[in-house]
Amino acid sequence: MPRLNMVKALNLALHQEMERDPDIVIIGEDVGVDGGVFRVTDDLHRRFGGQRVIDSPLAEAAIVGTSIGMALYGLKPICEIQFSGFAFQCFHQIENHAARYRMRTQSRFHCQMVIRMPYGGGVRALEHHSESEEQFYAHIPGLKMVIPSGPRNARALLVSAIRDPDPVVFFEAKALYHAGREEVPEEVETLPIGQAQVVRPGRDLTLVAYGAMLRVAREAAEVLAAEDGVECEVIDLLTLSPLDRATLVASVQKTGRAVVVHEAPRSFGPGAEIAASIMEGAFLSLEAPVRRVAAWDVPYVGFAREKAVLPDVARVVDACRETLAF
Amino acid sequence: MPRTVLEPRFAVEYLSILDSDGNLDAALEPDLGPDTLRALYRAMLLGRRLDERMVRLQRQGRIGTFAPIKGQEAAQIGSVATLRPTDWMVPSFRETAAMIWRGWPIEKLLAFFAGHAEGGQPAPGQRDLPITIPVATQLPHAVGLAYAARYKGDDAVVMVYFGDGATSEGDFHEALNFAGVWHVPVVFVCQNNQWAISVPLKKQTHSRTLAQKALAYGIPGIQVDGNDVLAVYAASREAVDRARGGGGPTLIECVTYRLSMHTTADDPTKYRSEEEVREWERKDPLTRFAAYLEKKNLLEEGLEAQIDAEIAAAIARFEALGPPDPLTIFDHVYAERPPHLEAQREELAARLRRAGPAPPPTPPGPALPMRGQRTTRR
Repeated sequence: MPRLNMVKALNLALHQEMERDPDIVIIGEDVGVDGGVFRVTDDLHRRFGGQRVIDSPLAEAAIVGTSIGMALYGLKPICEIQFSGFAFQCFHQIENHAARYRMRTQSRFHCQMVIRMPYGGGVRALEHHSESEEQFYAHIPGLKMVIPSGPRNARALLVSAIRDPDPVVFFEAKALYHAGREEVPEEVETLPIGQAQVVRPGRDLTLVAYGAMLRVAREAAEVLAAEDGVECEVIDLLTLSPLDRATLVASVQKTGRAVVVHEAPRSFGPGAEIAASIMEGAFLSLEAPVRRVAAWDVPYVGFAREKAVLPDVARVVDACRETLAF
Repeated sequence: MPRTVLEPRFAVEYLSILDSDGNLDAALEPDLGPDTLRALYRAMLLGRRLDERMVRLQRQGRIGTFAPIKGQEAAQIGSVATLRPTDWMVPSFRETAAMIWRGWPIEKLLAFFAGHAEGGQPAPGQRDLPITIPVATQLPHAVGLAYAARYKGDDAVVMVYFGDGATSEGDFHEALNFAGVWHVPVVFVCQNNQWAISVPLKKQTHSRTLAQKALAYGIPGIQVDGNDVLAVYAASREAVDRARGGGGPTLIECVTYRLSMHTTADDPTKYRSEEEVREWERKDPLTRFAAYLEKKNLLEEGLEAQIDAEIAAAIARFEALGPPDPLTIFDHVYAERPPHLEAQREELAARLRRAGPAPPPTPPGPALPMRGQRTTRR
């Protein structure tokens, strides 16, 4: 089995799906000849040609807007927004149209499309190249919001997203692109959208994370096991919307405690919905309030101060200890 | 070195064939048979009569707010009539006449403006997008449809509608740019009705014409007398033929006028003069086309009564629509209902069961006037 980083794993998914289905087209800035600024679409232009791998003019609204038109016709476009920080220029197309076409036309039309965006910090990048904005998309009915945490699940989830009849916003953590390799089978794999995974079983506390924060949560769990003898159950959400509440609730019914970790700012972030869902589903099991370890509620601060903003292992460990001592 | 003028030089044409005084440029007159001419007039008159009737329905509270088309019948029918059923039509929100031409049943449009989601559902196989409300956002969809059609080897042309205000939106410029670069079969039909709610064209753009904006994107632009159905038809047919033949997109600016309000919630006396409206009433697209048909002895007796009866029958069908089933709101969010929507649907269903059968609907009272709304003669 080949060992691939996340970029290569995503690229494998695109190659195989485009080979399988001629209705799939890719559109975005620099996705063609250049293979994407992160090389996720590398070699696709050579293999499938400029009609299927479209180097578009530089305009996010039209990238998503024309993709919607293609999807209404019956194609299955995959758009790449170069950085999620630029997606506000196409946000209206996503919210006003991609997410609503099924309802507006009572299912006569729908938008089978994937909108890929690199997101997240920890890569010493300028403003608009480091933010985490998943909460905006997770809030929109009619959209699905997927965030993989490693090469193998990234590849499988991208295949699922491409095949999903509904529009999927697919966030790729820049910090994970080259963070490590995993064995990724050559045969096509899928993973169900809307299903979280328990990646580390435990009985004392539920740690919820996704994307680049999964690694932080797992390391915190190791520290707590080694230093405190505490067994954390770590849940990798993989999909933010629709949220897998059943897995969260079942875990907290067992552990009685939960800490949520994300890079997005704390207020009104995904942690709020996760905490509310746990409260609604496992109230009588809770031994302590659900804690959120998130970015502070500040705009981009410059990467020289980024460490102070993003959750790290020490903050997660402290939050868990406080939750356990409550 | 001296400054030089770059080639090619650009030109924007203006096309008028039948003017408001009834003068006809016979050399430009499109070759249309009597049946087509009668069909165009009938569709324009239907648009006008339905529009007037819908204003009354809105005032009576039987439908909600809508955007009247009065004065823009030629711009809509002259353009849409050049499409084949297998072409795509992408409306904004003021294309009632064009949508009916494309086969939208009147009762479905009334249902839409009465708040029923079913009114936005094109028939199976119908190549029309539903009404799009955020200004100019439908233009990129049209370009995407055209790209997909060409990709699939389908010779369909896409016609997309918008107003003068839309030409200030980024999506307008992005869509024209993409269409130009991709050279796809789209016809952009701008109904320049002079007013974007209360903002006149001179505050919307410093350009001499809207048609000239096409030139910046390397595509042809033409300005036509939008109240002259023959000119709109001729320009549209040329653009559609060019698009179908692989000649790429065109921008058509139809110079017309919104004789009525922006929507039924708007009071145009607040921002424009009676004189201006009267001036444009003299250029009414229906009057001049009727005179043209009269000379050809093509005006049908009793047409208005026939159209009114058709409208009345459609209103009766619209009002016979049963009350909407609230539970269907969960049916069209995703292809399959995820667990949280299943739970929410069950929550609503339980509430509805507890509430028992809905009481018979009370007849609606008159709609409350919007702020600043007055009755106007127009």
